Amino acid sequence: MNLTLKIWRQKNANDKGKMVSYNVTDISEHMSFLEMLDVLNEELVAKGEEPVAFDHDCREGICGMCSLHINGEAHGPDRGITTCQLHMRMFKDGDTIHIEPFRAKAFPVIKDLIVDRSAFDRIQQAGGYISVNTSGNTQDANAIPIPKADADLSMDAATCIGCGACVASCKNASAMLFVSAKVSQYALLPQGQVEAKDRVLNMVNQMDKEGFGNCTNTGACEVECPKNISISNIARMNREYLSASMKDD
Amino acid sequence: MAKGMTSVTRKILMALSGFFLLVFLLQHCAINFLSVISPDTFNEVSHFMGTNPLIQFLLQPVLAFGLVFHLAMGIVLELQNRDARPVKYAVNKPGENASWVSRNMIITGIMIFLFLLLHSADFWFPELKVKYIDGDMTGMTAEGHFRYYEELQHQFHNPIRVGLYALSFVFLSLHLMHGFQSAFQSVGFQHNKYTPIIKKLGTIYAIVIPAAFVFIALYHFINA
Repeated sequence: MNLTLKIWRQKNANDKGKMVSYNVTDISEHMSFLEMLDVLNEELVAKGEEPVAFDHDCREGICGMCSLHINGEAHGPDRGITTCQLHMRMFKDGDTIHIEPFRAKAFPVIKDLIVDRSAFDRIQQAGGYISVNTSGNTQDANAIPIPKADADLSMDAATCIGCGACVASCKNASAMLFVSAKVSQYALLPQGQVEAKDRVLNMVNQMDKEGFGNCTNTGACEVECPKNISISNIARMNREYLSASMKDD
Repeated sequence: MAKGMTSVTRKILMALSGFFLLVFLLQHCAINFLSVISPDTFNEVSHFMGTNPLIQFLLQPVLAFGLVFHLAMGIVLELQNRDARPVKYAVNKPGENASWVSRNMIITGIMIFLFLLLHSADFWFPELKVKYIDGDMTGMTAEGHFRYYEELQHQFHNPIRVGLYALSFVFLSLHLMHGFQSAFQSVGFQHNKYTPIIKKLGTIYAIVIPAAFVFIALYHFINA
């Protein structure tokens, strides 16, 4: 198929940036979206032009590295997938595809379609962990009885790959779905209880410091999330936050 | 106001003030409906609401504060949220993942606020003047009967006013469609069994209450 691509080009963080049109031809419908961009980049390199910079790593939907706002939606028009899992069969011959970086003040553009998502790392560092001594006498996690439903919900939350599609889709550029998934995966397990209070308070504080917007429960995040993380995690985080705020040290 | 609060605190306070306004709306609607069923009862209840010190000097200021707080916090949230995405998307399809009502609470909210200004000018400000400036706490007309029902009928003589009220209640309905169930989510209430029920209840509330207000306005317009 032949396509017109309108791609955001921006030399560096300080450049103003603009949409630039490219034509690609003979694209196979079996290609992934990133392979289609590889084809474009090979053509650009062959012509001596600067290739389009975009993030990618595993290309199998588990690393959270790829991003892109494609035709007005994070990770494109398909559901429950990342951009690397998006196939060109979702498009038609002759289509014009708009490709933009994830937009948020907390995700500044570094170059072209690459944004700096280290704000998520700093939120994780603020409390998204449990402290376990690896001294050799650590209790076997499997020896701690955990209700199956809790274990399942915790695992569901833990499937968040931190890609930032929730922020990109939210009209407020809110990071609540990401933060709530990271809070929930520990809140549901006994191992997470020791640091539960500090975790939710510190992670929410860091989220706000990074400049993400407020959640207004539109639910756009869970629709666009490649891992189908539910907004019930946001409700859980709000409960955790309320209860943590009322506890004395 | 919102400085020093986290985004989760702001969200919870928005929900709590919303809950308070939901309860207020329900009692306002119930009392108004009395005007359709029994003008005498409506007069008596209106007189009680308008002269009871607990309602006048405790609940009324709390209500005014709740309204102003909800509005001011809504505007603060909107401004902060706009600031969180300084560069907009060239192409965006928000309708693919979120409803219009959930994305436009600020528009429906401001329309409701504008209506409240008109509504206050129609009823609340004249009421305050009669009671606390003119000092007439009797609630009586010169002819010696309660004035509340007559005042209500008088306001709904004007078809433009009735039309404006009806339009405002459409905005209220749209606001409640999202606001009702959203408030439960904000305070952390999520339940596999009860959340779907709350969503249905929210839709019913968002249709029935505004529709009842419109019905009351039309009833008095037609019967005037």
